[in-house]
Amino acid sequence: MRIIVCIKQVPDSGEVRFDKETHSMIREGLPSIINPFDENAIEAALQLREEHGGEVIVLSMGAPHAEEQLRQSIAMGADRAILLTDRRFALADTLATAYSLSTAIKKIGDYDLLLFGKQAIDGDTAQVGPGVAEMLGLPQITYVREIQVADGKVTAERVLEDSYEIVEAQLPALLTVVKEINEPRHASLRGVLKAKKAEVTIWKPEDIDAELAKIGIEGSACSVIETFTPEPRTGTEKLSGTSEEIAEVLFARLRQQNVL
Amino acid sequence: MTGKSGTRYSSPPRARGHYLNMNFDLTEDQEDILEAVREICEEEFAPKADEIDRKGEFPWENVELLARYDLSGIPIPEEYGGLGADFVTWALVGEEIAKACSTTGAIYGANILCIYPIYVFGTEEQKRKYLVPLAKGEKIGAFGLTEPNAGSDAAGGLASAVRDGGDYILNGTKIFISNAGEAQIYVVTIKTQPRRGARGMSAFIVEKDTPGFTFGKQEEKMCFHALANRELIFQDCRVPAENLLGRENRGFRVAMETLDIGRIGMAVGAVGLAKAALEKAINYSKERIQFGQRISTFQAIQHKLADMATEIEAAELLMLKAAWLRDQNRSFGGIAAMAKVYSSEVCARVTSQAVQIHGGYGLMREYTVERYLRESKLFEIVEGTSEIQRSVIAGHVLK
Repeated sequence: MRIIVCIKQVPDSGEVRFDKETHSMIREGLPSIINPFDENAIEAALQLREEHGGEVIVLSMGAPHAEEQLRQSIAMGADRAILLTDRRFALADTLATAYSLSTAIKKIGDYDLLLFGKQAIDGDTAQVGPGVAEMLGLPQITYVREIQVADGKVTAERVLEDSYEIVEAQLPALLTVVKEINEPRHASLRGVLKAKKAEVTIWKPEDIDAELAKIGIEGSACSVIETFTPEPRTGTEKLSGTSEEIAEVLFARLRQQNVL
Repeated sequence: MTGKSGTRYSSPPRARGHYLNMNFDLTEDQEDILEAVREICEEEFAPKADEIDRKGEFPWENVELLARYDLSGIPIPEEYGGLGADFVTWALVGEEIAKACSTTGAIYGANILCIYPIYVFGTEEQKRKYLVPLAKGEKIGAFGLTEPNAGSDAAGGLASAVRDGGDYILNGTKIFISNAGEAQIYVVTIKTQPRRGARGMSAFIVEKDTPGFTFGKQEEKMCFHALANRELIFQDCRVPAENLLGRENRGFRVAMETLDIGRIGMAVGAVGLAKAALEKAINYSKERIQFGQRISTFQAIQHKLADMATEIEAAELLMLKAAWLRDQNRSFGGIAAMAKVYSSEVCARVTSQAVQIHGGYGLMREYTVERYLRESKLFEIVEGTSEIQRSVIAGHVLK
């Protein structure tokens, strides 16, 4: 089976700063990593390949240096990697990103399963996976913690807030995975050496026949007006004493503020 | 003073016309490999190391990790299932593994004793059949030389092999063999001409499930509780003649070359363990407060740490030089013996000082350095005691 995993390069830190002019994230100087949930998606794909054979293709859209994370996924065991990189792809929102990725996925073709992390740790939108599924007209199962493939169908267990849900879908299908699905493997030494030599395919908008009006900032429906770190709240008070004393004071305060 | 008739001593590789390329930088491949290995060691091996020793059960899960991450056949060419890197890389990786989990490091070290002689002396068929699965990590190996009466006197063994048609019939016992009972492939050296001593030994490859080949009980040791050490017992064990490794009666050479590489392996393990101990000592000395200040601010502790670091550096350089000489296909036995004796004794001193720096806590299991101290003793004894190493070195010096 052919599995395509979409990954995002994200900054490895909570120390994220933003450009005051463009309101976009300053990525320079921050070490980059594969979005952790996407690493789970890669691991899930590699396990499925071990079980069913086939190939794992990793796809990403981003700056040229996102190639490093794609190489890392080859080191983990992916067969090949494709990067969509071009100025015209830049500053895309989730809509334009989903469009670009889905166009690239169409170009790859013949896929059985598309895997995404449930969301990226920088944007936290959880929209790109579902967006791609809609654009390709595929069944989607989100927040998956277990995958089984048999007889042209995928059975997945979804994590809901207070329960689990088991969903079956025809292949091809798109799944987004949660952290608890697996423990991503490290790169093997053969993988490390292979990744150094591997060629990451670079695609521009022309290579995937993308409509320029639908990609990058042009194709984005949202624009970021402002990003800021909330001011730390002041006026907090620490209650001390025995549990009973604390409860009593707390109760009185909440009453005072008409919360209770 | 060396008169005209005296001998000028030069260390082994510096024969006329040979110059050392004094470049201590790692290659880019080595850097990348080590970065990956450190991550694996930190997350997979180190967290379980104490527990593995306490439980005393052979850590098969770590053997599987060695295979999964391609750590088993680093210096073996790719065509035989290895990584196709060199012995320096093998040594540096081994050091990281030993630093994270000395038991896993010892398995890695014992494994090369089976891999190496098949790689160097094996026929093409033997390499296909035995080297490939070993280098891929699908199987692990062991090497059997020591007998109850033949330790330092390696040629003094009583175990024998007699040719019978297309087979050899093996009888006798090997003792203390690392990985024994767990490994699937064994290289053993055994007498084929008992009266000819070292010139009557032959090496054989023996598979685990060969009829007549059994194992003694797991030995209880002062250290490395989870490392398998058992007797190899041969009772009319038939081994096909095609499993003869190298030529008949030339097995002593197989044993000696294997021990040469094994000595680098012991140095690798000792340096790794010493580094682990130094790291613990440094961290503890920065945290522990006495008389109102960190003990790392006391000169008594500083000087200990300085000596430990200096000795480790010297030991590592000797160890790497031995591995480098092997990579250059030059004579490395003398330097390997120096590396082994020096590294193991440095390891003993460093681990002892690490316990000393920890004071009372150093005696407590919870602080791990007591395990390091116990383990250090192994390196001074196994694969040629310090005394035998000195005899080997003297042999090179007085040549």
